[in-house]
Amino acid sequence: MSLATATTTETAAAVLPQPFADWFAHRGWTPHPHQLTMLTAARAGESALLIAPTGGGKTLAGFLPSLIELAADGGDHEGLHTLYISPLKALAVDIHRNLEQPIAEMALPIRAESRTGDTPSHKRQRQRRQPPQLLMTTPESLSLLLSYADAARMFRDLRCVIIDELHAVEDNKRGDLLSLALARIARLAPACRRVGLSATVAEPARLLRWLSPHGDGTGVRCVHGRAGARPDISVLVSRADLPWSGHMGLHALPQVYELIRGAKTTLVFVNTRAQSELVFQELWRINDANLPIALHHGSLAREQRRKVEAAMARGDLAAVVATSSLDLGVDWAAVDLVVQIGAPKGATRLLQRIGRSNHQLDRPSRAVLVPANRFEVLECHAALDAIAAHTLDGKPERPGGLDVLAQHILGMACAEPFTDDALYDEVTRAAPYADLPRPEFQDVLDFVAHGGYALGGYERFRRLSLDDADQYRIAAPVFAQRYRMNAGTIVESPTLKVRLGRGRVLGEVEEYFVTAMAPGDTFIFAGRLLRFERIHEMSVETTVATGDAPKVPAYAGGRLPLSTHLSERVRARLADPASWAELPPAVREWLQIQQWRSVLPGRDDLLIETFPRGNKHYLVAYCFEGRNAHQTMGMLLTRRMERAGFGPLGFVATDYVLAIWSLRPARDLEKLFDEDMLGDDLEAWMAESSMLRRTFRTVAVIAGLIERRHPGQEKTSRQVTFNADLIYDVLRSHEPNHILLRATRADAAAGLTDIRRVADMLARIRGRITHRALDRVSPLAVPVLLEVGRESIFGAAVDDLLGEQADDLITEATEGSDVKELPF
Amino acid sequence: MSGLQFSFSGAQLVADPSGALYWPAEHTLMVADLHFEKGSSFAARGTALLPPYDTRATLEALARAVRRHRPRRVICLGDSFHDLGAAGRLANGDQTRLRRLVAAQDWLWISGNHDPQPPVGLGGDCQAQIRLGGLVLRHAAEFGPDAALPSGEVSGHYHPKARVRLRARGVSGRCFVTDGRRLILPSFGAFTGGLDVLDAGFAGVLAPQFRVYLLARGGVYAFRQHQLSVPPEALAG
Repeated sequence: MSLATATTTETAAAVLPQPFADWFAHRGWTPHPHQLTMLTAARAGESALLIAPTGGGKTLAGFLPSLIELAADGGDHEGLHTLYISPLKALAVDIHRNLEQPIAEMALPIRAESRTGDTPSHKRQRQRRQPPQLLMTTPESLSLLLSYADAARMFRDLRCVIIDELHAVEDNKRGDLLSLALARIARLAPACRRVGLSATVAEPARLLRWLSPHGDGTGVRCVHGRAGARPDISVLVSRADLPWSGHMGLHALPQVYELIRGAKTTLVFVNTRAQSELVFQELWRINDANLPIALHHGSLAREQRRKVEAAMARGDLAAVVATSSLDLGVDWAAVDLVVQIGAPKGATRLLQRIGRSNHQLDRPSRAVLVPANRFEVLECHAALDAIAAHTLDGKPERPGGLDVLAQHILGMACAEPFTDDALYDEVTRAAPYADLPRPEFQDVLDFVAHGGYALGGYERFRRLSLDDADQYRIAAPVFAQRYRMNAGTIVESPTLKVRLGRGRVLGEVEEYFVTAMAPGDTFIFAGRLLRFERIHEMSVETTVATGDAPKVPAYAGGRLPLSTHLSERVRARLADPASWAELPPAVREWLQIQQWRSVLPGRDDLLIETFPRGNKHYLVAYCFEGRNAHQTMGMLLTRRMERAGFGPLGFVATDYVLAIWSLRPARDLEKLFDEDMLGDDLEAWMAESSMLRRTFRTVAVIAGLIERRHPGQEKTSRQVTFNADLIYDVLRSHEPNHILLRATRADAAAGLTDIRRVADMLARIRGRITHRALDRVSPLAVPVLLEVGRESIFGAAVDDLLGEQADDLITEATEGSDVKELPF
Repeated sequence: MSGLQFSFSGAQLVADPSGALYWPAEHTLMVADLHFEKGSSFAARGTALLPPYDTRATLEALARAVRRHRPRRVICLGDSFHDLGAAGRLANGDQTRLRRLVAAQDWLWISGNHDPQPPVGLGGDCQAQIRLGGLVLRHAAEFGPDAALPSGEVSGHYHPKARVRLRARGVSGRCFVTDGRRLILPSFGAFTGGLDVLDAGFAGVLAPQFRVYLLARGGVYAFRQHQLSVPPEALAG
């Protein structure tokens, strides 16, 4: 951990007391200005948000004031002084280890401990009786601590809460839960200040609001760390032919391998688990120098991931191929190059990934972007533009989850009785719930107390009882036990272990992936080609397969959609031929033929091309709103086309384009793309979509309606792990406005379907549709048509399946053009 | 919504998409495992505050099946009530509805393991099993030496479910299952989960090469055992 550098001009000695000044001097360090500003804020009792790039000594800046305060107390501070919250268990443990060093070297009278789900229970009990002065933990463990009757005593003397990687929790349900926990802490320990540590973000105001004890952004000082050297980022120019379609980027791997050879340690980031498996395999196939290259993604067995992380920390590896599983985490000093294969999808995430190389502020991080297809070349350049212009991706506002609130309310009842007025007052001090209407709160409270159903009868079966003083209290100890078994906001979809034979566990895959496979099917997992044999006791038994083409492409895992910010920049690039000079010739040529054959999408309009092909009629809309938004729009548009009698047959969505094919040509496009698309059609579609069912399952688990599946419980508890689908169907037809269904719809609208993006786009393009009726496919439409037919198989497929179909399409799109003679 | 006709042990039967079985020759409609008040049973035990609408949903589905087939007789193959206190927890409206439904034609409650004593006061007769036109109807399949077992047994109890693979996607649902000698009905209750027919729990109940009539997307579809795909929850061990 690089704690500080010797480059600041301030005289530390004037601000730092002994023995801290000596300790810095002994290490040859001078504190960074932002570390000193954080100290000043702490001395004034102010909360503070520190925004600084990796390598800026952020963690020490957060802890330094507490260490100094505790040292001054000479070990007299009774109980908990500072709480450190990290989104990652491993990070909490690692920070604890790193903190022991200054504590030991300065012989400070400070006890620091960590507490996670892995902490043994006798130690956890002792920590509640005799808390350490510094406690490193996770949001979930904090909520559990607050649910005990002794919470008031334990947190009474707390002075400071540090929230690390705030940018990674602020906008999700874990962040909701944590904000509610902070609201409770503010009541138990009014003098406690808050410290947020964050990477560079687009909207610091959001983070300030989140951190604010009043939920409105006031009472928090914003401190900016010094920006590091500008990163050195380039876009790889492929020696091989640039693919028209596909997301894997395998064509460029020989060049990536050369980059790995030329660097000390390389982090190779990819976008999906499937891609990580394929890239890893291919790199090993060409690994003539036998470089130690490892694989890291969220489905691998935990021990295997830990092993890779440890080897990385020792500097033993030449490269790790990773997914977002390594976006956050412990810093590795040895990494000197980041390679991003596939388009970055968002500028903010790209910057955070790049920040994982070279943790010294004065030297630039080095990164190479490897586009997997022609559109991705544009996207990579758009991302470079964004980073050069210091603009990042904004995030949509989302209100706090009502399911999370329900869980929190139950936890608070476990701790001590409360009145509804007092608890409402408390939770609305948490920013995500600042605008929560009182009736909504009451509905959630009723749900927790007795289910909150309109049909009476359950009031006698209560989880919370109401006493004579109008205080809600837990009705029986068993509900507290249940709460503690089920707390947390991360609901995994059911998974199965993948084993070699009946032996070693390689990792886990989601149930849906396995149910579509038949014995004998081959797939790539954990870097091997495996043959699916059978399912035995919640495990997938496999054998090592031979050959090199998996039958089932791979295991996809989450794919992020293109951010609005980047999509605007891609559109701007397309509309500005002067900016094409930096693009590789193949891409330039592609755009020029498009210009000649059809037209290029403008910055603010919507280009729609229609053309016949085979005996079908195609409609291609260049929306640039990301795959999820296009998917939703495809569902809605095909419904409308059905009603209009166009006979839609199917559609396919990429991050850039939506293509629909039908028996008859679509007409009256203005009407087809009218804003009212989001009215009845949306309601009808949402009602039957499986997406809502999945969302309901998550909401029902978090809110405590149904219990989590616990490992090893599967066989004995079929009766208890209730089928969420059955409940959803019954509730939807008999009480469609129940609070959990409202929560489900809000979640679905906010996150999963990107409906807001569709709405914004439809409003923007009204009266601005550019329609080109072509006699055949245009060059810009080729990539999306190549996706047709590959979609149904887990949303990701091997790129070299393109074959003849691609050649035909490309010839059709470019025929008759002679680019060199085009006036330009 | 149309059923699927099949013959079983000499009887011509109709598998209704709702999960009910209709026997036109006997003017008889059969349903299994209604599990009335399963939701409130969980609430009463403090396990979960499930929505209290399962009885109503089940009753509505049952009333629709009765309207479709206009039987002279309805037979419930046991586990009609989730527990012994279930009848006492019926909401007023549901109780009235159930009484009316029972009174409209002959009604027989067969007792099950959840409801060994079907409740009094709701109407209908009660028996442990019944022989009807060459078939024997009971709650759970009986076991014994092969020769001693009657063929033509119709029962419930197991809540059979199956999964098939269609174009790389799994389609799963409740199902009727028969090996020619016995026929097991799907559970009818709104909150009743199921057990996959390939699960070890069915071994010994069904002879190999059984068939299923799968309820999916409003229809009934026939599949043979070898066409089914293994569900992850079918634990072989």
